[in-house]
Amino acid sequence: MTVDDGAVDGDEPPVRSTPLLPTALAWILRLATGTRSVPTEALPRERPVVFFANHGSHLDAPLIWAALPAEWRAVTRPVAARDYWEGGPLRRFLARRVFRAVLIERRKISARNNPLAPLRAALACGESLILFPEGTRSDGGTVGSFKSGLHHLVRDRPELPLVPVYLDNLSRILPKGELLPVPVIANLFVGAAIRVRAEEPKEAFLERARAAVLALGTASQP
Amino acid sequence: MSGNETHYLVGGTYAVLVVASVVTWLLRRLKDPQRQDPVINNLAARVQAWWAMVIVFTVALAVGKPGTVILFALTSFLALREFVTLTPTRAGDHRALFLAFFVVLPVQYFLIYVEWYGLFSVFIPVYAFALLSIRAAATGDTTDYLARTGKLQWGLMVCVYFVSHVPALLTLEIPGFDGRNANLLFFLVAVVQLSDVLQYVWGKLCGRRPIVPALSPNKTLEGFAGGTLSAALIGAALWWATPFAPWQAALLAALVTLFGFFGGLVMSAIKRDRGIKDYGSTLAGHGGILDRIDSLCFAAPLFFHLVRFYFT
Repeated sequence: MTVDDGAVDGDEPPVRSTPLLPTALAWILRLATGTRSVPTEALPRERPVVFFANHGSHLDAPLIWAALPAEWRAVTRPVAARDYWEGGPLRRFLARRVFRAVLIERRKISARNNPLAPLRAALACGESLILFPEGTRSDGGTVGSFKSGLHHLVRDRPELPLVPVYLDNLSRILPKGELLPVPVIANLFVGAAIRVRAEEPKEAFLERARAAVLALGTASQP
Repeated sequence: MSGNETHYLVGGTYAVLVVASVVTWLLRRLKDPQRQDPVINNLAARVQAWWAMVIVFTVALAVGKPGTVILFALTSFLALREFVTLTPTRAGDHRALFLAFFVVLPVQYFLIYVEWYGLFSVFIPVYAFALLSIRAAATGDTTDYLARTGKLQWGLMVCVYFVSHVPALLTLEIPGFDGRNANLLFFLVAVVQLSDVLQYVWGKLCGRRPIVPALSPNKTLEGFAGGTLSAALIGAALWWATPFAPWQAALLAALVTLFGFFGGLVMSAIKRDRGIKDYGSTLAGHGGILDRIDSLCFAAPLFFHLVRFYFT
């Protein structure tokens, strides 16, 4: 992996392939995981927004993307780890052309590749983001503490709707460290948007955001 | 598909469905034009799901053995998926689960396709059992080991092994019944599914004494007796399409209904244990696939073996 080559994905104009492939892939992803698409009425009226979710599988970002209504999918970009999504030609193609992921560095972060810069640029273009504030995949079943990135991203944009998403069972479909998926049925719960409050301390905000995700998970239990 | 009898069976089924659709439409027209009555809405959703299932079933039968084997392999896949989703598993089970879905299940249905009775009748109880236990042990994760491997084996037995006995009916060689085995399959599925409906109807009409109140308050002695008797009559009425005499058809239908009833009870026990009402929401008005085929799962091996021992 080459690092520090100065390339920042968020600066590239978003490349889109024909809509057929993303639509087909979203359909396959929903069918393979048994997930239903999210109705437009369940989402905020204004865009852009930031979707934030618990993270247990590499499938998390593609699945949220696939469950969104088509008009949202076209303007929503998952935030994903560059080292994984540039790990092979297929993943690279999917990340760049289909999901139009905003790829960020997880290692050797410097002022030149500040991971927040491409996210801010995408939001400035009116594009919504899907991000995982835990920073890394948990071992499933638990939701780790949120990293401060979410707060840094939104603290100067209090109007931005932040939509909590709880993903259930995805870490069973494709757990950390496994290559082959198991077809259990996944579930995706979208909550009401929250916003960062004026003068809200970072820790309080992050805990409130995490609680919003956890609440969706608890509500889903029978 | 073979023989005029099969055409009559299929035609009869569509006639029943047309009647059900007309009745639903009339009920709605007369009693509930606002579409607010939950009972009528549920009925309409069920009839719609019935149409979908019957159309898929007839297309599979029309394609013949490959179509039928593939249809039931897919049914097993969806049922096992519902079962595993509701069963807690650990990371250490991942590879065993992968084997169950993508190796054990296809191999079982392949064995049925090539009509290798000697192996398909022991493959899951013996070889899949050993293989999956070994695979799970090899991960070194011993927490709840026995419970985890037991649950997976249980799911495979019910969702794959039992269900696979439905298409296996096509492999039986019954003297004087060549090329008409699809009728057996039709007989089994029709009797089991109709007995479900009839038990429900009899239970609603005169059900008083629940059989296992803690499990299914709606399953009453009256519903069970009425359902079994009327299913036996339906079985007897279908004798002309089978290799059975009318009394044999009635007896088989009653036994199949009995086992199907207990199958439903067993699957309810699991649902209670997991604290859920339905196994899924694949079929509107019916819950999941597993909710619809629970009685078929348990009835299929019994019917298969009775026919195999007494008629081949």
